[in-house]
Amino acid sequence: MPINILMPALSPTMEKGNLARWLKKVGDKVKAGDVLAEIETDKATMEVEAIDDGVLAKIVVADGTADVPVNQLIGVIAGDGEDAKAISAGPSGGAASAPAPAAPAPAAENTNNGGHVVGNPQTPNARGDEDPFPLKNGARVFSSPLARRMAKDANLDLTKIAGSGPHGRVVERDVKAALSGGGGAKAAPAPAAGRAPAPAMSDDATKKLFAAGSYEEIPHDGMRKTIARRLADAASSIPHFYLTVDCEIDTLLAAREAINNAAPKGADKQPAYKISVNDFVVKALAVALQRVPAANVTWTEGAMLKHKHSDISVAVAIPDGLITPIVRNAETKGLAAIASEMKDFAARAKARKLKPEEYQGGVSAVSNLGMFGMKHFTAVINPPQSSILSVGAGEQRVVVKKGQPTVATVMTATLSCDHRAIDGALGAQLLSAFKGLIENPMGMLV
Amino acid sequence: MTTPYDILIIGSGPGGYVTAIRAAQLGFKTAIVEREHLGGICLNWGCIPTKALLRSAEIMHYAQHPDAYGLKIEGKVSADAAAIVKRSRGVSAQLNGGVGFLLKKNKVDVIWGEATITKVGEVAVAATKKPPMLPQNPVPKGVLGAGTYQAKHIIVATGARPRVLPGIEPDGKLIWTYFEAMVPPAFPKSMVVMGSGAIGIEFASFYKAMGVDVTVIEVLPQIMPVEDAEIAAVARKRFEKLGLKIMTSTKVTKVEKGANDVTCHVEDDKGGKQVIKAERLISAVGVVGNIENLGLEKLGVKTDRGCVVIDDFGRTNVPGLYAIGDVAGPPMLAHKAEHEGVICVENIKGLHPHPMDKLMIPGCTYCNPQVASVGLTEAKAKAAGYTVKVGRFPFIGNGKAIALGEPDGLVKTVFDAKTGKLLGAHLVGAEVTELIQGFVIAMNLETTEEDLMHTVFPHPTLSEMMHESVLDAYGKVIHT
Repeated sequence: MPINILMPALSPTMEKGNLARWLKKVGDKVKAGDVLAEIETDKATMEVEAIDDGVLAKIVVADGTADVPVNQLIGVIAGDGEDAKAISAGPSGGAASAPAPAAPAPAAENTNNGGHVVGNPQTPNARGDEDPFPLKNGARVFSSPLARRMAKDANLDLTKIAGSGPHGRVVERDVKAALSGGGGAKAAPAPAAGRAPAPAMSDDATKKLFAAGSYEEIPHDGMRKTIARRLADAASSIPHFYLTVDCEIDTLLAAREAINNAAPKGADKQPAYKISVNDFVVKALAVALQRVPAANVTWTEGAMLKHKHSDISVAVAIPDGLITPIVRNAETKGLAAIASEMKDFAARAKARKLKPEEYQGGVSAVSNLGMFGMKHFTAVINPPQSSILSVGAGEQRVVVKKGQPTVATVMTATLSCDHRAIDGALGAQLLSAFKGLIENPMGMLV
Repeated sequence: MTTPYDILIIGSGPGGYVTAIRAAQLGFKTAIVEREHLGGICLNWGCIPTKALLRSAEIMHYAQHPDAYGLKIEGKVSADAAAIVKRSRGVSAQLNGGVGFLLKKNKVDVIWGEATITKVGEVAVAATKKPPMLPQNPVPKGVLGAGTYQAKHIIVATGARPRVLPGIEPDGKLIWTYFEAMVPPAFPKSMVVMGSGAIGIEFASFYKAMGVDVTVIEVLPQIMPVEDAEIAAVARKRFEKLGLKIMTSTKVTKVEKGANDVTCHVEDDKGGKQVIKAERLISAVGVVGNIENLGLEKLGVKTDRGCVVIDDFGRTNVPGLYAIGDVAGPPMLAHKAEHEGVICVENIKGLHPHPMDKLMIPGCTYCNPQVASVGLTEAKAKAAGYTVKVGRFPFIGNGKAIALGEPDGLVKTVFDAKTGKLLGAHLVGAEVTELIQGFVIAMNLETTEEDLMHTVFPHPTLSEMMHESVLDAYGKVIHT
């Protein structure tokens, strides 16, 4: 396995630092403990040491790069017996190297009639007459107007060019270097001018791996692009960790049956409501967040937003995508109200008729794949939310109680947490409160 | 012997003192050696005092044309050479004191005397032998004296001095350099200015405004030879309108000194000869680097045409030895020296500064009309292989210019037709030295014509002409 070298945090509060210089060159042998590079912050200069033996295969962030975020991939060490050249030439396998950034949805898609997914839409390019600013790992690539135009004229991908201007800005000389370097960034897998990382395989390179005619090519729609961009961004920028518990839901199932049976029937002989297990899950998570208010938070760079209400976003699969409408103030709503809200959301989501305010925001989320028989999975957090609960199928399992095997209906739930906002113990408190509520649903009533 | 310095700078001109302050900011123990005047030529005998003189010239010009503004001045407006010089010296003295204050504030040691680099890491300072230019500011208090000083890094920032043409050596009486020209005891009746670069043309402009009969002699076919030909032509027309006599493609072959005048024998490129008699001759044929008596030869420091050879970060071929500013080569401008010095010490600190792009160093000349430029002239852009788009906007089309009573001038922009890169900007007219920086920022940020067109310029200002010039290059100009 190649070893990724990440930008270290030199202090608990450090968010970014400057990569002053590399003390090893690509191709140099390194031993564990060798100093690889020097990092400087406004307070100190520190050394990055190799944690394993190998060969420095790739430098991703060049000497003198300022403001490199903590945990960004800065280089790669090839382990013993690995081909350093293959690593340096091939697509980057680094955690920080997200797939090729998707272009933001064109302005026309930013209207209310659909195409919106997973949170905030990209602000449309106001000028509309030039390429929007390209994104790299979800962040804007700073570039000069001249560099952008030259790259566009030469059909170069600006995100694949390493910037040498202030704060890594891509400037004219970088584009020129890329051009003279044989068009490295030009839809080819090789890194531009031998310096830039290749964040992902180019489209052409990917297609070459499959026989022509053996696939159908379906261009991305706005929703697909937004999903790709937002989740690639979230997965690479949010430090995720996962907590899993098994919840016995026999009591819940019995209560659900009783409640549904008690539903009054309307004129059309249909019951007034039909509560699903998922509605219980939404309610339980909402109440749990009220009981563990420290976890009912949103991370911002400047402060923690501690919420008063529990806004729970619920992932709804729709053809060719998904969308996450939000049950606002869910802790204040009865199960029937949640059920009817979800029914309305689901119908309008399929018709792509949800309004942006109905799917933007939220503090936590529920993603339930139980209906597909999934036992356990780990969902990606959708900013600005700080957690998401992945809910598996309720299934009969043998559980041991007081030394005796018995059968119970068990549902596995996994909480993905944003470590910047929620630490391990706090996440555990939240999930344990959730478990308590889901196993004794009467607790939600008080 | 004192404790070793991290950085020792020889010369406290704009390059040297700015470098010293930046070095001190970076935490280096810093010293600066000066033999004569803090602030160097720029502040004491160059940029600053001449601006004071030219301000007097400007006001003189307005005072001579009060009717143009509906005013009447009763009685005669006259120039008092002594008072004008006194004001100019006062401006220098104030700033000279300011440099001393800044160095002290930043805990930079000032060593008074003449420096020789005895070996790598060591400088011997001896009492100043050079006779001072008068009037001289007092030696600042608290300076260190002659002795041997150690430093890890030595930066040569000794600047430049007037070039001397053989046979036309300045004598300080009849043949002046900028030193004497800056402190005239009285205004001569007539004057020849040899050389039409920034220094020559500024003095020509000043003395003309003071009523002196001035003839400018330039060996090249164009006055202000580094400027765009079109701009130089507009400037020349205006100079001649103001009464300046200008001879181009002409060289001074011989100068004969009389009791209180000089006789210049000149010859044009077609062999035509003339004799011009004038009370004074100003020799303004460029400057040469001060590379002598520093011990550079002994250390084997590489030089080229009178200047120290350096790399992008001011390093000479000798480790531990650096040079910045005029002594390190053209363009010999204070702002180039300052920037070079900052890059030099930031690099020593390991900060990875970006090398300077010399094409983006603006140049300003404060004659009447002013001239300012940055980047490639149209001719140089074409010579470099660019297909250019050129925009022009005349002052006559600008509301503010008309209101100011300054209808003469031109803003010219040169773009790469292929990429929209701004290759150069060239301006002549009122206040253009204050306008040029807008284009310098644009070039530094690599803006294209589109970004400049999208920029809103305030009305009514002269800066609107910058916008219109860009629009003109792309056929979108409004006010012509």
